[in-house]
Amino acid sequence: MAEKRIRVLVAKPGLDGHDRGAKVVARALRDAGMEVIYTGLHQTPEAIVEAALQEDVDVVGLSILSGAHMTMFPRVQELLREKGAEHVLLTGGGILPEDDIAALQKAGIGRLFTPGAPTEEIVRYIRETVVSEN
Amino acid sequence: MFDKKTLEKIAKAKAEWDKKAAACTERDALFETVSGEPVAPLYGPADVDGLDYDADLGLPGEYPFTRGVQTNMYRGRLWTMRQFSGFGSAEDTNARYKYLLSHGQTGLSVAFDMPTIMGRDSDHPYAQGEVGKCGVAISSLADMEVLFDGIPLDQVSTSMTINAPAALLLAYYVAVGEKQGVDSKVLRGTIQNDILKEYIAQKSWIYPPEPSMRIITDIMAYCAEHVPKWNTISISGYHIREAGSTAAQELAFTLADGFAYVEAGIAAGMDVDTFAPRLSHFFNAHLDFFEEIAKYRAARRIWAKRMKNKYGAKDPRSWLMRFHTQTAGCSLTAQQPENNIVRTALEGLAGVLGGTQSLHTNSMDETMALPSEKAVLIALRTQQIIAYESGVANTIDPLAGSYYVEALTNRLEEEAEAYFEKVEALGGVLKAIEKGFFQKEIADAAYDYQRKIERRERVQVGVNEFKIDDEKVEIDLLKVDPAVEAHQKKRLAKVRAERSEAEWKKALAGLQQAAADGTNLMPHLLACARAYATLGETLDVLREEFGEYKEPPMF
Repeated sequence: MAEKRIRVLVAKPGLDGHDRGAKVVARALRDAGMEVIYTGLHQTPEAIVEAALQEDVDVVGLSILSGAHMTMFPRVQELLREKGAEHVLLTGGGILPEDDIAALQKAGIGRLFTPGAPTEEIVRYIRETVVSEN
Repeated sequence: MFDKKTLEKIAKAKAEWDKKAAACTERDALFETVSGEPVAPLYGPADVDGLDYDADLGLPGEYPFTRGVQTNMYRGRLWTMRQFSGFGSAEDTNARYKYLLSHGQTGLSVAFDMPTIMGRDSDHPYAQGEVGKCGVAISSLADMEVLFDGIPLDQVSTSMTINAPAALLLAYYVAVGEKQGVDSKVLRGTIQNDILKEYIAQKSWIYPPEPSMRIITDIMAYCAEHVPKWNTISISGYHIREAGSTAAQELAFTLADGFAYVEAGIAAGMDVDTFAPRLSHFFNAHLDFFEEIAKYRAARRIWAKRMKNKYGAKDPRSWLMRFHTQTAGCSLTAQQPENNIVRTALEGLAGVLGGTQSLHTNSMDETMALPSEKAVLIALRTQQIIAYESGVANTIDPLAGSYYVEALTNRLEEEAEAYFEKVEALGGVLKAIEKGFFQKEIADAAYDYQRKIERRERVQVGVNEFKIDDEKVEIDLLKVDPAVEAHQKKRLAKVRAERSEAEWKKALAGLQQAAADGTNLMPHLLACARAYATLGETLDVLREEFGEYKEPPMF
């Protein structure tokens, strides 16, 4: 039986240009059989949510290494809710202090990954979460 | 090194040894460098066959500078210990600089926040949430005055990691000097100003490549006359490596960029010897100890040869490659972060054995946040232990003559030359960027590296081996004061209210005129700085004139 392919938007919000992690994760998700759309750099939260809706994705993954995570994650979450897309899993990674991760997860954002996280763990997490939600 | 008869004898014995070694069982491990290059079990005279001491190595301070750029290297003066730092407001960072200087740091290195790096004022909508987060926020000369308050600019050298807006930040620095009564001719320091590697790896650009190159040649021409001790470009491999490249790619792409600047300077009508002595370099120090040392040695040799033979430089200072080194942020792990101290020590040692002129050692907590005061002090102490306790600074280029290191140096030079040919075939660096050549090479290498770790072919301590389940991070992290954004907005409003409107208008109009008619931008940027035009206002004039760069997304 052919399963529906999970669609993921990998996004780089804000002014941060560090794209190594985003690209590696995008490739790994694609190699794991997911449909991956990469926004490219320097996106506003509005543009990211717009792309998520247009592409009808199951998952939005934000990559932030510039320290702006406490602004960007809540903003994207808020916009997804406003547009009635709260079913989309919002996850991501980057240079994120433990306390901030805890605060973001408490606010309902999905798992957040830090340097050294195996991509297979990210793949597993997305599969399990998206499947259980559907 | 040996006569023919001795070499034959050694070769014969080696052939016997090879058989014995082949019969031994090897560990289940990948015998290759961090860059994925195979490593032989043993290196000997045959691996450096043809090495010509005078032509390939020479003496320290002499062509081709393989063994170092100064005659007595660290016997004369140790490398500059230069910790890159900046966070929050100019006040916060000024306090950190004074702390570092009081603990024996010998040069300053400014980290700017993302809005500054991208040429936006702290109150721009795109700056929201980013002000002061990964560096210090500088939106006008007023911020710069606070940043260097109480730090006499004639007594420190300052490196500024800034690229697209580099010309303007240099203008701010010169203007702060003026206010302190320091002549621009005595200012010492570096602006990174390496826009090519931004398109290739770091991705902090504003303008398209052509006007960006024009800004750079304007800086080179201006500094040759007015700021002669300033390093006008720090041609950087660091970010290329951090983005995932191999050592050979870092070496080749960096030098290709360097030669592109040299060609641009010559094309702008300058004599190569007027600007080349002020070009400096910046490399990564990754974990593969010998490969890194060989990389620095190969870099010096390639640079010297090409500058002399291809570009016709006659001043020996144009031939010698001076470089800064930073340990590899990408080698650090969020797991068991204290282990990062050890990684950094090994990497810093490679930089020193490779003959670096200055060094930044990363702090253990940088996979989680900007470094705390304690973490950065340990990182600085790491350099001091290398310098004063390890004994490696007693003698120059101690690994020269090592069969392995010399063979690696040769191999890296050959790989770099092969890349230069590819880039040339694509039509040069700018064309290769346009075609996404470097970007794809780097993305491929990054993915390959990650897969080797995930398949456990490469061990990363604490990540895929020797793990601690449910570990808790037990180090205190730096928190940037969230009030910084409001604080910045307030100072910006004050600057805008208090400046002379007439002078401000005149300065911006002058800049616009120069941008359009091709006269050197630097005097006009300086006028904008003095008139307290903000960073965003000033760079917007050039945005209007030059347009903005967009990268097609790919992964």
